Amino acid sequence: MEFGLSLEQRQFDDSLRSFLTDRLPMERLRALAEPGGGYDEGLWHGLAELGLHGLIVPERFGGAGLGVLDAAVAAEALGYAAAPVPFAGTTVMAPLAFMNSATEAQQDEYLPMVAAGEARIAVGFAGLAGQTGTASATLDGSRLTGTISGVMDAGAATHFLVYLRDGTGALVAANAPGVTQSLHRSLDRTRPLADVSFDGSTAELLVAANDKLAAARRVLDAGRVVLAADTLGAAQTMLDRAVAFAKERVQFGRVIGSFQGVKYMLADCVTMLEPCRGMVWYAAHAQDGLPDEARLTACHAKAHVADVAREVARMTTETHGGMGFTDLLGLHYWFKRISFNRQVLGGPERCREEAAALQGW
Amino acid sequence: MDLSLSEEYQALQAEIRAFIATHGHKSPKPGGGRKRPDQKTLDWQKTLLEHGYVGRTIPVEYGGAGKTPDVMEAAVIASEFAAANIYAGLTNQGVSMLVPTLLELGTEEQKRAYVGPTIRGDIIWCQGYSEPGNGSDLANAQTKAELRDGFWVVNGQKIWTSSAHYADMMFLLCRTEPDRPKHEGLSYLLLSMNSPGIDRRPLKTMTGRSEFNEVFFTDVKVPETQIVAGRGKGWYVANVTLKHERSMIGNADKVTTRLEQLIKLLRSSEIDGVPLIRQAEFRDRLLRLQGEVIAWKAHNLRLLTEAAQGIDSGVNRMIVKYGGTMLGFRLSSLAVDALGAAGLPFESAGEDAEDDDATTWNIDYMYDVGLMIGGGSNNIQKNIIGERGLDLPREPKVAAATAVGRG
Repeated sequence: MEFGLSLEQRQFDDSLRSFLTDRLPMERLRALAEPGGGYDEGLWHGLAELGLHGLIVPERFGGAGLGVLDAAVAAEALGYAAAPVPFAGTTVMAPLAFMNSATEAQQDEYLPMVAAGEARIAVGFAGLAGQTGTASATLDGSRLTGTISGVMDAGAATHFLVYLRDGTGALVAANAPGVTQSLHRSLDRTRPLADVSFDGSTAELLVAANDKLAAARRVLDAGRVVLAADTLGAAQTMLDRAVAFAKERVQFGRVIGSFQGVKYMLADCVTMLEPCRGMVWYAAHAQDGLPDEARLTACHAKAHVADVAREVARMTTETHGGMGFTDLLGLHYWFKRISFNRQVLGGPERCREEAAALQGW
Repeated sequence: MDLSLSEEYQALQAEIRAFIATHGHKSPKPGGGRKRPDQKTLDWQKTLLEHGYVGRTIPVEYGGAGKTPDVMEAAVIASEFAAANIYAGLTNQGVSMLVPTLLELGTEEQKRAYVGPTIRGDIIWCQGYSEPGNGSDLANAQTKAELRDGFWVVNGQKIWTSSAHYADMMFLLCRTEPDRPKHEGLSYLLLSMNSPGIDRRPLKTMTGRSEFNEVFFTDVKVPETQIVAGRGKGWYVANVTLKHERSMIGNADKVTTRLEQLIKLLRSSEIDGVPLIRQAEFRDRLLRLQGEVIAWKAHNLRLLTEAAQGIDSGVNRMIVKYGGTMLGFRLSSLAVDALGAAGLPFESAGEDAEDDDATTWNIDYMYDVGLMIGGGSNNIQKNIIGERGLDLPREPKVAAATAVGRG
């Protein structure tokens, strides 16, 4: 038994983190975030060199053939850097959708493009995800009509993949007739949300799974775990910065970290947050190899890490005092990242209700 | 990431399962532990010792099985016994704290005299640490021992001494060098609880039971050789003891079991004919706790792996006591809320009988508060997490020059 990251996973994590530290100093992050498009050509191609795009695409389609755990490691690093990268949707959920719901021929057509970073497929759900907003799409034959609001990772999407309530996947090119997209800056300037409408748009159907609905849920679960990992990384940044600040800032002639009021808040943060790391690893590993626990742990990880991170975000901002509340410090990018991740693909209350339903409660 | 067991551990697992199939019927009921082990427990302990499931890493010459320490083996043994609901052996302060301390620091005579009888359950120990005026500030202990004519003469008072009312021996932290700075003036003595001059008084707690005692010392004579590691080394020895206490992996089995009991309770309890598990507020509290327990179990798997690899878990280990006691309290809090008014009129069946669910939950609910205070209170834990874990500066010392240990 070995519960932890492998040497390869730690090395991948190190190289991704040093790349992101290098590419995203605060002023650069600020410049990229302000337009709110959630995508930067240079960053995206740089990540390609690290093999990020094909991370979980099977090797026979040009990917690295790794699992959701590896994706979670990457997501934590991206969250730590508040990187404006369409990762969860494009790099995790989309290839998983093909691996779960598509025929071999469809996989052969699209997965190599996904691995190369050429196809950026945003994934939306017409229901299922428990997200607020409009989620009404219907199929007539292979024609898709309706509107899905709040689609994440759509900033530079080449395709939209919409899962319908019965688990049918409908893939539509972003430039296909009848597709209208309006991209909104969100609270989290590093990631926008898109409202996408289809008006009889021609879709390629992904219906190869024996159990279509279960396949769609696997994609959703993996997305939730990856968002939990991103949240964990973002909360860790806030905690690290608060600890560093508390060691430097002097008031009443003392470094504020020596006051128990401050010290205890930070001790509470680490006590809540560190078990989330094991939880994210466990839930991610469950997606890869423990099918009986996959749904339950994904629901709980999405909910629990969001709740813990909200507290960490609040207390670490407070630790910074007035500076924490300014735009100048930039701490708010992580606060907002955590807030964004909480609401998309189902908030904590919804995820817990799904966990209850799973157990027949 | 690999959650499967390797072949050698699978073999151990199979061996334990076979042992339990053959001998399991002789096991006493797990739990308890707040009273002197009865004959059935002592017989079972002997059987476990013979098979190497307790005292596994203790050298053969001191009564153990002499195996190389292996946390994964220990975890496999613990989880097999827990899964089969079989008593896994004595876990009192003598077994889990004093024995490893003596093996590390005791003299040959001390090891031969105490290790074997302690792991067999023939000698029960209590821990003489806390004092009325010195709880969290343990190093300020004022119970004194003076060397006269080959004996340490002990005077003073200890408090929060669990099991003192039936213990045979005590390991005692006392001041022998009053002129030295406080941390350097302590020694660690081993003494018989039947020595003249010892007065033990049960201390009734808010649970209604007497889990602890006050122990008074009036000119209690302890042979000079009953000191561990020498004069002025008491603080060091006490910390070795605490290290062994902390090195026991933060056990997630307890919160897992509690969660399962809680799920049953919320399924079976009703208000206005609706099971509580179908009521949104109760269900969501239960779900939140389930999420926490999943995180806690994963955290423990991580600590176990790090221990097996010889990695110091640092802050990840420091959070276990604080986080674990708080989680325990939230679990028992939901239980007493589910029992509600109907759970309020409870009566304990006493020390030697099994309590009903309402009594057990209500007592656990109160005892959990005690756990937050005992063994290094949670605020002390937060100091440790902040200062040693996050490297935050210490609170400035007030009047560091105050004389210690005089009078």
